[in-house]
Amino acid sequence: MDTPDLNYAGSNKSRPPPANTVGIIGWIRSNLLGGPVNTCLTLISCYILWLIVPPLLDWTIFNADFTGDSGRECTTEGACWAWLDQRIYQFLYGFYPPDSYWRVNLAIILLLPALAYVLFDKLPFSRQGRWFSLTYPFLATFLLIGGIGLEGITTDKFGGFMLNLVAGISGIVLSLPIGILLALGRRSKLPAIRILSVSFIEFIRGVPLITLLFVAVIILQLFLPPNVTLDQLVRVMIMITLFASAYMAEVIRGGLQAIPNGQYEAGKAMGLSYWQSMRLIILPQALKISIPGIVNTFIGLFKDTTLVIIIGLFDILGQARVLQTNPDWMGKVDYETFLIAAIFFFIVCFSISRYSINLEKRLDTDHD
Amino acid sequence: MAQNRDPSIKKSFRLIQLWTDERWRGLIFQFLLILALCILVAFIISNTIQNLKTAGMASGYDFIFDTASFDINQRLIEYSSTSTYGRAIIVGGLNTIVVAILGIFASTIIGFIAGILRLSRNFLISRLVGIYVEFIRNVPVLLQIIFWWVILLALPKVRDSLSIGDSIFLSNRGIRLPSPIYEEGSFWVLAAFIIAIALSLIIRRWSFKRQEVTGQTLPIWIIAPALIIFLPVIIFFMLGQPIGFETPVRSKFNLRGGFNVTPEFVALWLALSTYTAAFISEIVRAGISSVSAGQKEAARALGLKQNITMRKIILPQALRVIIPPLTSQYLNLTKNSSLAVAIGYQDIVSIGDTVLNQSGRVLEVISIFMLFYLTLSLATSAFMNWYNKKINLIER
Amino acid sequence: MKNKFLVAIVASATIALAACDGGIDPKAAKDKESSVTNAGTLDDVKKRGHLNCGINTGLPGFAYTDDKGNWQGFDVAFCQALAAAVLGDPSKVKYKNLTGKTRFPTLASGEIDVLSRNTTWTLQRDVELGFTFLGVNYYDGQGFIGRKSLGVKSAKELDGASVCIQTGTTTELNLADFFRANNIKYEPVPIETNSEARAGYLAERCDVYTTDASGLAATKSTFKDADKHMVFPEIISKEPLGPLVRQGDDQWADIGRWVLNALIVGEELGITKANVATMSSGTKNPEINRLLGTEGSIAKWLGLDPKWAMRAISANGNYAEIFEKYIGKNTPLGLARGQNALYNKGGILYAPPVR
Repeated sequence: MDTPDLNYAGSNKSRPPPANTVGIIGWIRSNLLGGPVNTCLTLISCYILWLIVPPLLDWTIFNADFTGDSGRECTTEGACWAWLDQRIYQFLYGFYPPDSYWRVNLAIILLLPALAYVLFDKLPFSRQGRWFSLTYPFLATFLLIGGIGLEGITTDKFGGFMLNLVAGISGIVLSLPIGILLALGRRSKLPAIRILSVSFIEFIRGVPLITLLFVAVIILQLFLPPNVTLDQLVRVMIMITLFASAYMAEVIRGGLQAIPNGQYEAGKAMGLSYWQSMRLIILPQALKISIPGIVNTFIGLFKDTTLVIIIGLFDILGQARVLQTNPDWMGKVDYETFLIAAIFFFIVCFSISRYSINLEKRLDTDHD
Repeated sequence: MAQNRDPSIKKSFRLIQLWTDERWRGLIFQFLLILALCILVAFIISNTIQNLKTAGMASGYDFIFDTASFDINQRLIEYSSTSTYGRAIIVGGLNTIVVAILGIFASTIIGFIAGILRLSRNFLISRLVGIYVEFIRNVPVLLQIIFWWVILLALPKVRDSLSIGDSIFLSNRGIRLPSPIYEEGSFWVLAAFIIAIALSLIIRRWSFKRQEVTGQTLPIWIIAPALIIFLPVIIFFMLGQPIGFETPVRSKFNLRGGFNVTPEFVALWLALSTYTAAFISEIVRAGISSVSAGQKEAARALGLKQNITMRKIILPQALRVIIPPLTSQYLNLTKNSSLAVAIGYQDIVSIGDTVLNQSGRVLEVISIFMLFYLTLSLATSAFMNWYNKKINLIER
Repeated sequence: MKNKFLVAIVASATIALAACDGGIDPKAAKDKESSVTNAGTLDDVKKRGHLNCGINTGLPGFAYTDDKGNWQGFDVAFCQALAAAVLGDPSKVKYKNLTGKTRFPTLASGEIDVLSRNTTWTLQRDVELGFTFLGVNYYDGQGFIGRKSLGVKSAKELDGASVCIQTGTTTELNLADFFRANNIKYEPVPIETNSEARAGYLAERCDVYTTDASGLAATKSTFKDADKHMVFPEIISKEPLGPLVRQGDDQWADIGRWVLNALIVGEELGITKANVATMSSGTKNPEINRLLGTEGSIAKWLGLDPKWAMRAISANGNYAEIFEKYIGKNTPLGLARGQNALYNKGGILYAPPVR
């Protein structure tokens, strides 16, 4: 059979694109040097990089001191990292007794499964897992403070990055139920409840955390009956929890608003009571939508836990300051200690936010 | 109970209804809640009164009339160490407001630029902006405030300060600017300035109308600044230069005279602006991405230039998505300015702390803090809500 | 319909408010108050098994941590001596780190039993804020440090200078007073912590740095080019630093006062950490015997057991030993005794007689 010599556009072998639009050269042309504005931006970026990167590398690595027992042994122009091997544990664990570090580590490791069972449905042993998640807060408290069988450790030994983690995580976990109640209260048909919820939420969101922390250290004790004293860390955590729950309430309210009205009506039509329909229909959906918002609230709160330094607790910034006032290191570690603290926060917050974006995408496809 | 006498309900009222009837249940629930709250408040008040008494702590707001006897280095109103605590707190409040307003301006500008650049086709710049946003967002702002302060200390020392025309000086003690001295006739220069602003607003409106009718545009971006600059300048010279300038001069220790912007202020301002800008850039990016691609294509089909497309087509639509989250960023910035205390910028918290420490009035000072920030937050929210409504009206 | 509910709500709120009124009935509050007194700190401490002591968040020599995170220093040593006297063990102290702003409210609220945080004894704190100072453990005064290159010999020549100060302390007030009295203008540069003030001064953010003379010496000792800086001769204020307690519990204040005095008397009588154990079995000196509990009944008057002073001194030694250990010549601070020498050795340290 003859093949007709027809010149179909599709069958024609296309010519290769011009060499300067593909490959590295093409990529550079289109992404870096396309047009005068673009070229200008590229040049500016290169200049900024050249301005920042080499001196930074020199200071942190090439000119730095890595060994020594005190600041006096740091003689170069660069950074002084000699304190790291001795003091890094205090940065991480504060004044927690070194032979009990495993308790903190264990509490943090156990947090992962506890969280996983809350966030995901399709895990093995999900029933037992849920129970584990529920008991985890008590387990963690027991591990950190001690008690039956474990050596008791008072909260004034808490410090360093661990204090930031403890304050941030417990703040979020405790604020979740309060936040749900406040969000429901804000949408309630009962005026007294609505007004109270709105005023609480707006009050807390209207004042800076630092003033609430002042309340925790200075005022809260005045509110209690004489002879009753609350541990300082407990008072700080109460205020952090209240602070977080107002923000949490707004996040969850957003989730509740996103649930179509039909869902509420369906609940009513089935003869479910308010609490039943909330528990079985509305909240599971609303919370799922709110997860990215909750994670963002956590990141914000976690960063804000550094404010405890202003009221005299020794979180990771506090430990940095302790080292800066130590006669052996004074004046040598001002930037270095803060840089280490910044890196710790960056690692934790960045990975959580990446994960949250991931989660957001996955939750999004669920609804399609 | 008072409620039982309600005639409409009384007829069919049975005791069980208190629980089964949704309305009654709600009523009882609310009553109990208010009661519980009241008992709690009463409990707290009585405890506080008792604790204050047993501790022998002074209380009452009369302390605001006592002499402060400390100095403040940045003051927008007259203040000296012989002024009262109340005045000191007002000075602090004004300092907070100044840094908040300037921070809001700067963070908006940086944030919009960064948000637009992040979407740029230029790989290098969009990545660079991405790194900036991710790094800044994930590090506590307190740390950044201290960091900027430490950086600013590395500026030239005061004796080697950089100067522009021997009238503006930059050193690690801040930026020293000439300060105006108002003489007779200076009122007219200020009036000319205000009139110029009003005139350019009117011209702008007129040019928009003309554009709608004829399609011709006026170069308003040249006319308005020219008007605002030249009108007061002409009046200034016509009246024989009624506003003088006191330029800073080098003296034994310091620069003398002029107006000083302290490094503490600059550090706080930079930290708050760049931190908030990182969040705003994400909001702007999301807002721009939310405008459908068809809009951009339509603009291109009409032959509009890229920057006009952005300014006239994309941004106005994106703004509707951007404004609500922007408001909460502004509120965050205002509240974060309270961290000034860490570097000694004398905002309301920093000064209030000193007052608290000197006078021992714990409850009173903290209640002043809270009232101040609540007012500021409510005012910001109100303004942004008004602006949001105004923007939404344009929607057709 | 809605209106009716609102009315009902208001009604219920009114009833609830009436209930609130009952809650803050002044008479009820008064009745309660009379049953609670401030006394009994000693019993509380004994029952609790540890002493709650407020200290600085970090001040070289006075309160700092070692590599293991244990607090020590000149101010901390007093807490330890007090714990040793009352509870028999210097390690039974729970430290609360307090900033300049949180120290007074924390003490007033009863969270700590004693505040030992380089606090200046002033009339207002003693009278209006309701505290009782136990004595003076360090006589300090506010001074200035500046570069020699300024060519200034006295603080009175500082017209137009920038001055670094720590906020929330009496130094801020003294400074304002001093410059006002001498009619000199200055730019205050308030800074939150000592380490930042030091950084600011070294970067020439300010021309001079003012704080307590002890702090100036400590700060100067850490400078690389210490000989290029000088402490000005003027001491512009009296800063008697000492521990304090809440007003209203005289027994507890007495105990604290006499633990402090015992440390000073210990130096006077030559009772040291090393020899206190042997001395407490009896010496020829009746005053030592009275203090260490082999003669007389001072312990009973204080409500303690006879070995209280022995334990207080054996915690960290007597006043001189504590001074030398944390802030004296052989420490990085290198402070001389100066005014803080005993009254019979050229200083003004003077403890009332133990009898």
